Amino acid sequence: MAVKTYNAGVKEYRQTYWTPDYIPLDTDILACFKITPQPGVPREEVAAAVAAESSTGTWTTVWTDLLTDLDYYKGRAYKIEDVPGDDSCYYAFVAYPIDLFEEGSVVNVLTSLVGNVFGFKALRALRLEDVRFPIAYVKTCGGPPAGIQVERDRLNKYGRALLGCTIKPKLGLSAKNYGRAVYECLRGGLDLTKDDENINSQPFMRWRDRFEFVVEACQKAERETGERKGHYLNVTAPTPEEMYKRAEFAKELGAPIIMHDYLTGGLTANTGLANWCRNNGMLLHIHRAMHAVLDRNPHHGIHFRVLTKVLRLSGGDHLHSGTVVGKLEGDRAATLGWIDTMRDKFIKEDRSRGLFFDQDWGSMPGVFPVASGGIHVWHMPALVAIFGDDACLQFGGGTLGHPWGNAAGAAANRVALEACVEARNQGVEIEKEGKAILTKAAKSSPELKIAMETWKEIKFEFDTVDKLDIAHK
Amino acid sequence: MTEVIDYKSRVSDPASRKFETFSYLPAMADKDIKKQVQYLINKGWNPAIEHTEPEYIMDSYWYMWKLPMFGETDVDRVLAEAAACHKANPNNHVRLIGYNNFNQSQGTAMVIYRGKTV
Repeated sequence: MAVKTYNAGVKEYRQTYWTPDYIPLDTDILACFKITPQPGVPREEVAAAVAAESSTGTWTTVWTDLLTDLDYYKGRAYKIEDVPGDDSCYYAFVAYPIDLFEEGSVVNVLTSLVGNVFGFKALRALRLEDVRFPIAYVKTCGGPPAGIQVERDRLNKYGRALLGCTIKPKLGLSAKNYGRAVYECLRGGLDLTKDDENINSQPFMRWRDRFEFVVEACQKAERETGERKGHYLNVTAPTPEEMYKRAEFAKELGAPIIMHDYLTGGLTANTGLANWCRNNGMLLHIHRAMHAVLDRNPHHGIHFRVLTKVLRLSGGDHLHSGTVVGKLEGDRAATLGWIDTMRDKFIKEDRSRGLFFDQDWGSMPGVFPVASGGIHVWHMPALVAIFGDDACLQFGGGTLGHPWGNAAGAAANRVALEACVEARNQGVEIEKEGKAILTKAAKSSPELKIAMETWKEIKFEFDTVDKLDIAHK
Repeated sequence: MTEVIDYKSRVSDPASRKFETFSYLPAMADKDIKKQVQYLINKGWNPAIEHTEPEYIMDSYWYMWKLPMFGETDVDRVLAEAAACHKANPNNHVRLIGYNNFNQSQGTAMVIYRGKTV
């Protein structure tokens, strides 16, 4: 056994934390960081510093380092790569031993990986691009309370995407008027409606009143249509105690699904709520307010594909994913990468889709990606082609803005969805034939016909800010 | 501004009842049903037929018509079973299912004979 002696002082990080010959273990948590360094610092030194500061290291040698087996616990920078198309930064790959992290705690993993290191002076910017969670760690996490297939069985929805809508205006409706908007959407043919994330329990509509009216609306729409319905009751609250109180009441009323904002609410709250849902037969819809603060800057922050993995581990049955086609950000290939990360059992490394590692989820259930924001009937062919069946398509303005009201707007979307699914199943190229498919369906649906006339001119064609890194020379 | 049209759906009107996937489209012609059967067979799913009295439409369990047709790839034989089920239960909804044994769920389910709604 090699004996080490204590030498006080500042040592270069790379002497300890840069290990280019290291072959990562199957149980290691692997991370890919995009590093934008301060000028003049060697790549290996910065990569080693990131590994050190996100694991065992501090800026100076301390005598207590010698009381432990640092070689067992330290994070290791093991690979550096150029970023295609951008000379200002590079990728550094870091391997962390699994015992650095508490079991079942994405909170603990993030506290290390995106903790102090993000304020580190040797860096101008730092972005966590991707994380490989080993199956050994995945198995310690609860994951989605129900998952895609159990939700389909509970709601009796097969062979197509789920159809939803966020109730608008975001703020200011009374509980009874709000329940009216929910009822109209559901009787018109939506499966699910959603509380806007800003709706918690404000003076204009307290949570308890909303829950009662909304559940009545769902139940009447079920009697009327013979189909199962739900509304995401937002239980995001100022305290966990309050959150659980709301969740319990939703259960008491017989609601099938509740909702939480996992970033503003916090991952501890989210993981606890997911456990509660699993124990109480409740579905859990997850909103992602604040994600763009973390994931939009291509040089700094946390990529959404990491936030996706974190949510699947923490627990949620739905997660907003971006639409590719609507008003919000989303590069198509990258979006496909993270929606597969939400749904599939095993996702292969694929740089063309922004995936830096193989990710094995084992038997952990999948999460429904939710496409929401600025979409309407004309987007339906592209949405069905991009997302397939295992998704929840949410048309807010695209339902409520129908000239004949919510029920007609809902029916228009439902007809459009079913027409696209029918055509796809027949082998039709639905993105190319979209107009013909919708036009034919509109012949038996005046609601769809008017929707197509109302929205045909609307387009969102701003360029994506956060693109995949692609070679420029 | 176009005239606003009332949405005709009533709890008291049986015609307002729907039955999930494809029920917002007009009932499919035989040649179109055939294409849907071909789709689920191409997917590698196992065809099955179920039916129910319309008053129990919201139940999870409908009556199985015989057993799922595991490994059946002949579209006409699937359609013949559906037709036989409909003939024996003319007022019932008859549903075509594609069981996906890999994800232990139903890849698709659709009512192909619409019963008399209540």
